[in-house]
Amino acid sequence: MRIPCPYCGPRDSSEFAYHGDAAPRRPAVGNAAAMADYVYLRANPAGPMEELWYHAQGCRSWLVVTRDTRDHAISNARLAATRSPA
Amino acid sequence: MRYSVVSLLAGALTGNRRWTPAWRDAAPKPAYDVIVIGGGGHGLATAYYLARTHGIANVAVLERGWIGGGNVGRNTTIIRSNYLLPGNIPLYELSLKLWEGLEQDINYNAMVSQRGVLNLYHSDAQRDAYARRGNAMRLHGIDAELLDQGAVRRLYPFLDYDNARFPIQGGLLQRRGGTVRHDAVAWGYARAASDRGVDIVQNCAVTGFLREGGRITGVETTRGTIRAAKVAMAVAGSSSQVADMAGFRLPIESHVLQAFVSEGLKPIIPGVITFGAGHFYISQSDKGGLVFGGDIDGYNSYAQRGNLPVVEDVCEGGMALMPAIGRARMLRSWGGVMDMSMDGSPIIDHAPVEGLYLNTGWCYGGFKAIPGSGYAFAHLIARDEPHPAATALRLDRFALGRVIDEKGQGAQPNLH
Amino acid sequence: MTSHRLASGGLIDRATPIGFSFDGRPLTGHAGDTLASALVANGIRLVGRSFKYHRPRGIVSAGPEEPNALVEKGRGPRREPNTRATTIELHPGLDAASQNRWPSLAFDIQAIAQFAAPILGAGFYYKTFMWPAALWERLYEPAIRRAAGLGRLSGAADPDAYEKAHAFCDLLVIGAGPAGLAAALTAGRAGARVILVDQDFRLGGRLLCERVEVDAMPGPVWAGEVEAELKSLSNVRILTRTSAFGLYDGEVGAVERLTDHLPVTPAGEARQRLWTLVPKRILLAAGAIERPIVFGGNDRPGVMLASAMRTYVERYAALPGRQVALFTTTDDGWQTAASFARAGSPLAAIIDARREVPEAVRALAGDVPVFLGARVLDAIGGQSLRAIDIVGDHGRRRLAVDGLAVSGGFNPDLALTTHLGHKPVWSDERAAFIPGDLPANVAVAGAAAGRFTLAAALADGARLGAEAAREAGHTPAETPAFRAGDEPCAVAPLFHVEGGRGKAFVDLQNDVTDSDVALAAREGFVSVEHLKRYTTLGMATDQGRTSSVNGLAILAALTGRTIPETGTTRARPPHVPVAIGALAGLHRGRDFKPTRLTPAHGWAKEQGAIFVESGPWLRAQWFPKAGETDWLQSVTREVEAVRAGVGICDVSTLGKIALSGPDVGTFLDRVYANTFSTLPVGKVRYGLMLREDGFVMDDGTTARLGPDEWVMSTTTANAGKVMQHLAFCHQVLWPELDVQMVSVTEQWAQFAVAGPRSRDLLEALFGPEADVSDAALPYLGCTTLALGPTRARLFRISFSGERAYEIAVPAGYGDALARALMAAGRDLGVTPYGTEALAVMRIEKGHVAGAELNGQTVARDLGLGRMLSKKKDYVGRLMAERAALNEASRPTLVGLKPTVAGVRLRSGAHVLPLGVPPTAEHDQGYVTSTAYSPTLGSWIALALVANGPARHGEEVRIHDPVRSGDVVATIVSPVFVDPEGARLHG
Repeated sequence: MRIPCPYCGPRDSSEFAYHGDAAPRRPAVGNAAAMADYVYLRANPAGPMEELWYHAQGCRSWLVVTRDTRDHAISNARLAATRSPA
Repeated sequence: MRYSVVSLLAGALTGNRRWTPAWRDAAPKPAYDVIVIGGGGHGLATAYYLARTHGIANVAVLERGWIGGGNVGRNTTIIRSNYLLPGNIPLYELSLKLWEGLEQDINYNAMVSQRGVLNLYHSDAQRDAYARRGNAMRLHGIDAELLDQGAVRRLYPFLDYDNARFPIQGGLLQRRGGTVRHDAVAWGYARAASDRGVDIVQNCAVTGFLREGGRITGVETTRGTIRAAKVAMAVAGSSSQVADMAGFRLPIESHVLQAFVSEGLKPIIPGVITFGAGHFYISQSDKGGLVFGGDIDGYNSYAQRGNLPVVEDVCEGGMALMPAIGRARMLRSWGGVMDMSMDGSPIIDHAPVEGLYLNTGWCYGGFKAIPGSGYAFAHLIARDEPHPAATALRLDRFALGRVIDEKGQGAQPNLH
Repeated sequence: MTSHRLASGGLIDRATPIGFSFDGRPLTGHAGDTLASALVANGIRLVGRSFKYHRPRGIVSAGPEEPNALVEKGRGPRREPNTRATTIELHPGLDAASQNRWPSLAFDIQAIAQFAAPILGAGFYYKTFMWPAALWERLYEPAIRRAAGLGRLSGAADPDAYEKAHAFCDLLVIGAGPAGLAAALTAGRAGARVILVDQDFRLGGRLLCERVEVDAMPGPVWAGEVEAELKSLSNVRILTRTSAFGLYDGEVGAVERLTDHLPVTPAGEARQRLWTLVPKRILLAAGAIERPIVFGGNDRPGVMLASAMRTYVERYAALPGRQVALFTTTDDGWQTAASFARAGSPLAAIIDARREVPEAVRALAGDVPVFLGARVLDAIGGQSLRAIDIVGDHGRRRLAVDGLAVSGGFNPDLALTTHLGHKPVWSDERAAFIPGDLPANVAVAGAAAGRFTLAAALADGARLGAEAAREAGHTPAETPAFRAGDEPCAVAPLFHVEGGRGKAFVDLQNDVTDSDVALAAREGFVSVEHLKRYTTLGMATDQGRTSSVNGLAILAALTGRTIPETGTTRARPPHVPVAIGALAGLHRGRDFKPTRLTPAHGWAKEQGAIFVESGPWLRAQWFPKAGETDWLQSVTREVEAVRAGVGICDVSTLGKIALSGPDVGTFLDRVYANTFSTLPVGKVRYGLMLREDGFVMDDGTTARLGPDEWVMSTTTANAGKVMQHLAFCHQVLWPELDVQMVSVTEQWAQFAVAGPRSRDLLEALFGPEADVSDAALPYLGCTTLALGPTRARLFRISFSGERAYEIAVPAGYGDALARALMAAGRDLGVTPYGTEALAVMRIEKGHVAGAELNGQTVARDLGLGRMLSKKKDYVGRLMAERAALNEASRPTLVGLKPTVAGVRLRSGAHVLPLGVPPTAEHDQGYVTSTAYSPTLGSWIALALVANGPARHGEEVRIHDPVRSGDVVATIVSPVFVDPEGARLHG
């Protein structure tokens, strides 16, 4: 699987570490139930999904990659840091 | 028809024409006492124990495709109960005990072979971690032996002892562990359940749930509406989708685990060996193929296939451990979709929706757990209380912090 | 001249005879032969035994689809089991042996199994061997295992090396037959980067095996010209002896056999190379594989695929039989008749299942008896075919033959296109699966696409080659038109002839017969996946190439369904079996994983250090001195030296992360459980980092060397994990914070200098100008000082509990630093100490390390609950506050001391109350770390015990059944030495 890193170009997925679904947002201070959901519950879709990959053996950027979990087709990758803060 | 040497001989004398289907290919009835969604190992075992142990035979197993087509048909066939944590050990040991009498119970030879499972250690810290585990097993009355290098060498002289990057120091051996002919487990349970009256309905996909006043009262399927007092899901690889139909999310990610088999070879590896310094475990099937695997690919997937870097990683582990397999050839690989839970341990519990029962999160421990999981799940469904061996495997343990994290990796499913 | 070698023709090098042996018998072939063709040329029929019934078997094919002719190639540690004779290039000294037979190939005692065949049908083992249960492992299974399996591994380490390579291209062409050559040439001429792979050692594919012309040149000549031109193009890479075995996401796996055709792998060279190919587009031009027909005795040696017979005649000038009949249902089969006629050995008969055959096809055979509308019912013979029984409009008759060529149609070799989950579709017209839905960047050409004529293959190749070149931004000159014939290629499907007396095999290698398929269907295994798994059909080393479609067709007929209704099984990689050694490459033995060495490794080695693996690192474990007889003696000396004087320890493996930016303090407050924003310049603070689920991730110190210069240390094991976590926290959670960070683990060498004389040593090291007084550098202070040509960072922190420092220099000075420390400390008796002494001292002080930071502990468990700030949000806070994680009954850190001096405690032992049976319900915790404490003169331990802190003074049982250990210890404070911390300042 080749991940199109915005800095490094398409690179083998073995250069990356995976962190799963990019959708959950860390909740505001003090909401323990929301925090438990954030930490543990996942939609786990069968289909396109925004997910977090870390280019550990490259530029060390965290990426938001849009990938279809049914066939691994990647339609987009961007830097996580550019998204609106949680 | 009962299987035996006599029936085989009788079959042979009549040109093998008198054999009948191993299980009835049932059409769905309008209603059942219990519907089990998923005709894999766990679903079929659950139906069997509902009928056998609890006398609930008005049961349908609904399978989207053909039975045994999920992870029970795509794994490395290993059984063992060498777990560390008290939340897990009883269930896996229940399972191993059931394996030990399974074939006589279901009248089907699944080739349960207690060839021993050896986990190698390569450092003092790893030795101590295995000692902790072995001691935990012994406290639960389970066999476990901590071997030093010499003892491992006597068992497996062809491992790399002298030129290894991470030299083998010893291993934790569970002699009662071993392997089982995986497909036969699905077929054997299906046949035994069917004989007791369970309807096994293939090519029947669940498309939605029936609800009355918040309670689930049946399912919509591609073969019509089917009602049931209780609906149980055992759908590894689709758990999140079925949960989504019922309106809740699970602490589960779906990941692909590849497994591999070599061309047939004359016997060389008697038992199951797990490398401790890389991702590799191996055994040899009765047919002669080396059956081996490693780590999950590490990204969410429903594709039932993986990628080359993990194949290489597994083979690197294999060659580091036993360089004698260099000239054996990998014949086939396959990928199973694992319900990877957030703590690496399974869930057998009521679902958050009334009338629905949940069996999920087996990660890559699912195959070995089939009898125990089916037994405990049937108990929960029949009696509405957890089986004593599964009291810790609750869904609310995540929110409460009572996680069962064997590897200490935290809420990161691809690391378990 | 060998018995069955034709006097002329073929692509073998008649000037180069090659001696080889089969089952010890010396034989001769030629360069250009395969083992199979050389055996055919020597008139050898019997080459193997089948898997289950041990039936005698001969060569069936001329390619990688071969199910029968599997041999053990080579001897000793280089013995390679299950190697197809049809793909082994003949080389001098080739030593091949048949397998899965005993005592000999001609007389195999297990062949008696075939007389028990009625009870050994599909799945028989599921129905018996269950009584008594104990006999399964002891009796039945060992017997089955001995009988099963094919060839033998040597049991010795593979002596050859393997390597890996990556390559990128615009177009990957798989298969160098007419379609592949046309495509590679067209795309290559246009300037596209092309990689052309073929499993054969010679380019040309079917052009080498047929009597055909392209552009008025004989096939092999045209192939040779194309090859020459391709080799002249720098943008084209040709990989022969290379099998593309798997399509993966964006990548293709291929294995190149570099030296298998040589007598031995030359020293320093790899035997095989694993390629990861990254193509923009893929053109599959892998051709098609002929399909046998299932009839009685169809496994008798001498029954061969018609196209394979033709290949032996045309390419290898070897005659597979002298009295050969053809059983065909295709036009193509008749080409074999033509080949035999040209070779001067006309066929004995042609049996075509079709009632009508075009005149042009009939003309190919010459004057040969032809039976139209007829079928072969049975092949008769033992170790070699003697006769066939045919049935048809002419009635039934027996023909004496010594060979039977069979042509049942062609299966396009499409497996690679299904690896990513796409399915082929059935074509009634071509009686074959042809490409259906394809991966986006894959095209299929020629016979692989079900377009079986030579002209179509060439046209496909040229068109798709040009398309790929355009796609890659090149402009091909006019698409070349290759001239070739449009030979007849009609097929009338025939999969199975019923009514024969002999066993009719669907899967030759796994001995699956038509009656096994029928039995499976009767027992309800009517899904094609069930059929495959129940009967093992298609699961042999040939991966069902010659058996799957026939099995499917027979099942379809039995269940009254069409072939598409019955389904198809999905092919999975690898398409050809691949040596595990090749997939591992160089990663074996000591090269399994990289070894990381600290900058002062050489110095430690000179000191005689014993090294230990610490993850990827090698660290000095202890430094034995002359006269010391065991590790404990050395480690005890090192501990005593540190506690009494001064020692140095290489701690360069600790993770180091440099941070800068105005928001570092805020950032650290969010990632550490305790507060860092208040840390003044010149100070160090111990920090505890949690995972978001509330459990402890790592601990370490962070120093503030300047207003905007922070450096964090992590444990050795978690260096990468913490870096990733910090990057996550910054880039994903709080990108608005102005922080920069980089891992500098590799950039700095770091030594601990510990012991009451450590300051004296530093004074000697830095000289009188430097101020390392307690006033200038108090406990938990940090500074930078000039040291020789560089600047050193100096941190006053202590893991040992003694007055101690850590000194860091740029990595290039690490070795010099070690030597300078030793020189500066000579008069102080400085002692280098290793990780064992380090561990002893931290256990004596009750400091937690890897064994306690095992991912299953929360701060409270480790006695660090007071570090959890209540004044701020940080990663893990909310989850750590959950009630279940704050119960007193959780195992919590304590010290243990045996009640009897000298008794050893071991990590991994469990802790139980006294006077209860050792069962799980009484399990109260476990020992995490143990050491012999020279300071206390006793073994001591750290443990996690339920209600631990409330139980100091209680005696407990330390239960270690896996090491037969069972001792009594007293629960004590985890801080064994200097609980007041006075020595930190001493």
